[in-house]
Amino acid sequence: MPLDNPKGQSFRLVGSRPDRPDGIDKVTGRAKFGADMSAPGMLVGKLLRSPHAHARIRRIDIKKALALPGVKAIVTRDDFKEIEGDLRDVSRNVMARDKALYDGHAVAAVAAIDTATARKALKLIKVDYEILPHVTDVEEAMKPGAPVLHSDLFTQGVEPTPKKPSNIAKRHEFGHGDVAKGFAQADVVVERKFKNEATHQGYIEPHACLASVGNDGQGELWVCTQGHYAVRNVCASLLGMDVSKLRVTASEIGGGFGGKTTVFIEPVALALSRKAGKPVKIVMSREEVFRASGPTSSATVWVKIGIKKDGRITAGDAVLKYQGGAFPGSPVDMGAMSAFACYDLENVRAVGWDVVVNRPKQAAYRAPGAPISAFGVESVIDELAQKIGMDPIEVRLKNAAHEGTESSYGPTYGVIGLRATIEAAKVHPHYKAPLGPNQGRGIASGFWFNFGGQTCVSLNINIDGTVALAVGTPDIGGSRASMCLMAAEELGIGYDQVRTIVADTSSLGYNDISEGSRVTFSTGMATIQAARDAVKKLCGRAAQMWGISPEAVLWENGHAKPAGANAGDFPPLSLADIAKVAANTGGPIAGHCEVNAEGAGVSFSTHLCDVEIDPETGFTRVIRYTVIQDAGKAIHPSYVEGQYQGGAVQGIGWALNEEYIYGADGKLQNAGFLDYRIPVASDLPMIDTVIVEVPNPGHPYGLRGVGETSIVPPLAAVANAVSAAAKVRMTEIPMSPPKILKAMGEAQRR
Amino acid sequence: MSKVRVSTTINGDPVEYLCAAEETLLDVLRDRLGLTGSKEGCGTGDCGACSVTLDGRLVCSCLVLGAEAEGREVRTVEGIAKGDQLHPLQRKFIEHAALQCGICTPGFLVASKALLERNPNPTEHEIRFWLAGNLCRCTGYDKIVRAVVSAAAEMRESR
Amino acid sequence: MRYEAPKTTKEAVALLAKAKGLAHVLAGGTDLLVRLRSGQVEPDLVVDIKRIPAMGKISAVANGIRIGGAVPSAVLGEHAGVRKAWPGVVEAAKLIGSTQIQGRATVVGNLCNASPAADSVPAMVAAGATAIVVGPKGRREIPVEDVAVAPGKTSLRKGEIVESIHLPKRPPRSGDAYLRFIPRTEMDIAVVGAGVSLTLGPDGVCRQARVALGAVAARVLLVEEAAAALVGTKVDDKALDKLAAAASAACRPIDDKRGTKEFRIKVAGVLARRAAKTALQRARRGK
Repeated sequence: MPLDNPKGQSFRLVGSRPDRPDGIDKVTGRAKFGADMSAPGMLVGKLLRSPHAHARIRRIDIKKALALPGVKAIVTRDDFKEIEGDLRDVSRNVMARDKALYDGHAVAAVAAIDTATARKALKLIKVDYEILPHVTDVEEAMKPGAPVLHSDLFTQGVEPTPKKPSNIAKRHEFGHGDVAKGFAQADVVVERKFKNEATHQGYIEPHACLASVGNDGQGELWVCTQGHYAVRNVCASLLGMDVSKLRVTASEIGGGFGGKTTVFIEPVALALSRKAGKPVKIVMSREEVFRASGPTSSATVWVKIGIKKDGRITAGDAVLKYQGGAFPGSPVDMGAMSAFACYDLENVRAVGWDVVVNRPKQAAYRAPGAPISAFGVESVIDELAQKIGMDPIEVRLKNAAHEGTESSYGPTYGVIGLRATIEAAKVHPHYKAPLGPNQGRGIASGFWFNFGGQTCVSLNINIDGTVALAVGTPDIGGSRASMCLMAAEELGIGYDQVRTIVADTSSLGYNDISEGSRVTFSTGMATIQAARDAVKKLCGRAAQMWGISPEAVLWENGHAKPAGANAGDFPPLSLADIAKVAANTGGPIAGHCEVNAEGAGVSFSTHLCDVEIDPETGFTRVIRYTVIQDAGKAIHPSYVEGQYQGGAVQGIGWALNEEYIYGADGKLQNAGFLDYRIPVASDLPMIDTVIVEVPNPGHPYGLRGVGETSIVPPLAAVANAVSAAAKVRMTEIPMSPPKILKAMGEAQRR
Repeated sequence: MSKVRVSTTINGDPVEYLCAAEETLLDVLRDRLGLTGSKEGCGTGDCGACSVTLDGRLVCSCLVLGAEAEGREVRTVEGIAKGDQLHPLQRKFIEHAALQCGICTPGFLVASKALLERNPNPTEHEIRFWLAGNLCRCTGYDKIVRAVVSAAAEMRESR
Repeated sequence: MRYEAPKTTKEAVALLAKAKGLAHVLAGGTDLLVRLRSGQVEPDLVVDIKRIPAMGKISAVANGIRIGGAVPSAVLGEHAGVRKAWPGVVEAAKLIGSTQIQGRATVVGNLCNASPAADSVPAMVAAGATAIVVGPKGRREIPVEDVAVAPGKTSLRKGEIVESIHLPKRPPRSGDAYLRFIPRTEMDIAVVGAGVSLTLGPDGVCRQARVALGAVAARVLLVEEAAAALVGTKVDDKALDKLAAAASAACRPIDDKRGTKEFRIKVAGVLARRAAKTALQRARRGK
């Protein structure tokens, strides 16, 4: 759907900052999240998890547990049929089959009358494990002698396909030109290896669901998820149910950031409920969330970039190795595609290796894969700028991708906003502000693709002229406010006259998951189309009321009007006027849209970061931070800023202190918010934001998704700032104080 | 397993309940009394989503036993608004877009209210340190801090 | 599990002494409830000491200040008398966890939890504080450094409770301070902690000093060599260098998820030095 008016548009409501429709529910405690629902006769479900990183499961004895009074059902691998194809790994991740593949892997589950009984029952389940050697580090897992997780995993993407199984699932390659030729033209070449530890999305709401399957095989599921249609489809397949027999309702969701795009406990709760004949609620503990949901990849990244003295980059090359946990599917492909996506390069290559290790299967985390590769590339660009004595902003401006650039991953860019963000950074007061002792400034840019995808909305005109908008994309950051704005904008009515709900899977057609920064773009586009569909019908009804042709009616400021003098002289009819008599003019009025949305414009961001280091302890504080990002068109600027700030702070956490720490025993050592250190309020300054608007030609209002790009630059922005302040290049993330202090000490000794 | 009988006051109302000795106040509020506004984000006192006040003192209800509430006065997020009148903090949180997903919001409101009752004019620094035990993963705290500053200003003016 | 909330220390001691199976004292509960919920401990009896009036009090006594076993850190931090006399102990107690934790956590709980990283303990050790222990055989007073014997283990015998902490009366020209290192600004367990207490003579020469370190060994360390580096000096740079070196030399840390050996050893010296400087300033102000 193209931009309505490429020459510029004016809006009545879009771009304003009204109160969000779910605000009062959320400040009074009334909003119902995943764990807030209950049902009569409800049982408590709890999971037994593997204490071993890698073990063959010889036998599971549930007899004693089942005999415990109050235990109503137990499920194990025997209750999930073997599935082949796309969902095989999902099924095996939900419940271990022949092997437990990581510390925390589910091996059995109990439904009992209360928590105490369920816990007692778990202790009575006897699992006979044969402990196997394990591997949790990506480079170790790639070595020839490493313990192999899957005997049927043969590396894809290499010729010839290996005959021996390994932990290397796939090789990806993107790029164009001739990097060797490019490096030969360079005046300065820098190559470095970078490393990052795995992080967790860290949503504050643990996974929770309430499942109820009746004896007739009809099921209902209440769940906190980013995509209840996907949950429905996957659960139905795993349990052998008809999709039509499972109705999934998305609760309010307490954060997702990609981590709630798959299933963990949901199929288990349904299986327990089906077996017990009663509703079953499962709520993960925080420890379970860390051990057994979907953190991100840890990785090593090798980057080599060549540059001419005039600042023009001649070649970029990268090799990325991402572990994706116990099953294939790390986002290394997206890491490789996005690594050099900010630059207009003649010679570029990025190779990615997808590796399995004994850790929980990774799930998406905000721009999955991209922050990791951007950390390497943007760090090397910073170093090159220093080496040729050029301002890092000038180097970026000289090489920034623009309209017509053949991107490093294939497509040629249309209108994009990268340059605009870099130019805005250059003139921002932050960039010129003086720095004190032990302080350093970093800059980095970032890219994200943005998704479109399958979307279905229904817009119903109520009898009083208000509007009920049903969407199928869970609202993870205030999207209902944006939908109300867009529907009201189109219909010419007030923001408060539209109420948007997230419909359940049986009430509305299929919608892809709320991911890929697609909701405001795709559901927004569908909302605009549905509103236009409704307007057409409203005009038709007005025509009928006036006895003129529908073509002779136009819609303006919320009213139907005769198109011109020839059409007749009728006073305008408001939406409410037409709605009131709808029964007499043909019945209910509704607008619909079913679309596979395309044209999600790519997104770019440039960040500025100042840090101060305590040279005696390595303690690092971010003292100033500015996010500059292209939104295309900000529908509700407050929530756009919120995405910028939230992503930046998650990136700051990743850069400085967040990490998964595995012991030599393969067990996660910091499965809690005490030692998995996400930023707290006192760690941070205000996060300044600049919304750049370079309209996306693929959306009627010009908007681009804004949810993810903001986490792409911070790792490098913070690393560049720390490197400047510490006077030594930091290449390992997180840059925790012991690492900084050590690097500074070594640099001084040199 | 015999249960403990507890008489307490919650949001100004007398309440009686039976609970197991090991049950937390958070479990009692959510599972026995239907007050699901207090959230469990961690169960270890590290996230503050379950914040309530106990005799006016800010605490994590996940680290209080239900039995300990005997004779005390508990206040939760459900008690912040007066009827249909939102507290200034509640209005300012909405106005400043200080919530995205909203799961941490009840805890932030209870904690912020306790702060403003002690210190009607806190600095940004004081707000950030007072609220350090309340984790938010969506906002980066910027808009939360602004909302508290703004609510404090409004409350000072209306006094 | 049984929950009891006795009204007197005597009753509490009797309950604990008679208890069959595992019994735990519940003060602030910020450690106990975490372990209870995660299933790490499954006590048969929990004795809540917060209903014992004496336990909730801070009182000035002839030879110092007495802090009851159930006094939460927040209340301690609001007490003008303790803040004036022992600012280092108060700043250490105020570092334990968030505002929410402060509303519950007690220094006695912090002590009896026997973590080498407990924030209030090095400050209390530096202060020369004692623990008043009440048990079936009566009352005894022991130095706080003798309470914890190993991580998670105390020297308390069955039925014994720490009823209060006694902070001695301060001579004039005394000051104390506590500093810890954490990677964030709040909410972390100390990677290193350093408490220093010192007394100056009228000539500004250090007459007495105590230096304690946390999180650098299996127990909180009282580092006599570090204190000796200060005594007899004007706490100048040379003395502070010696103090830092002695503090680092005393460390016997481990590598763990919170920090490396190397880091702890270096930072222990840095923090001891900084804490000593603050204690010195306070001593100079205190008449």
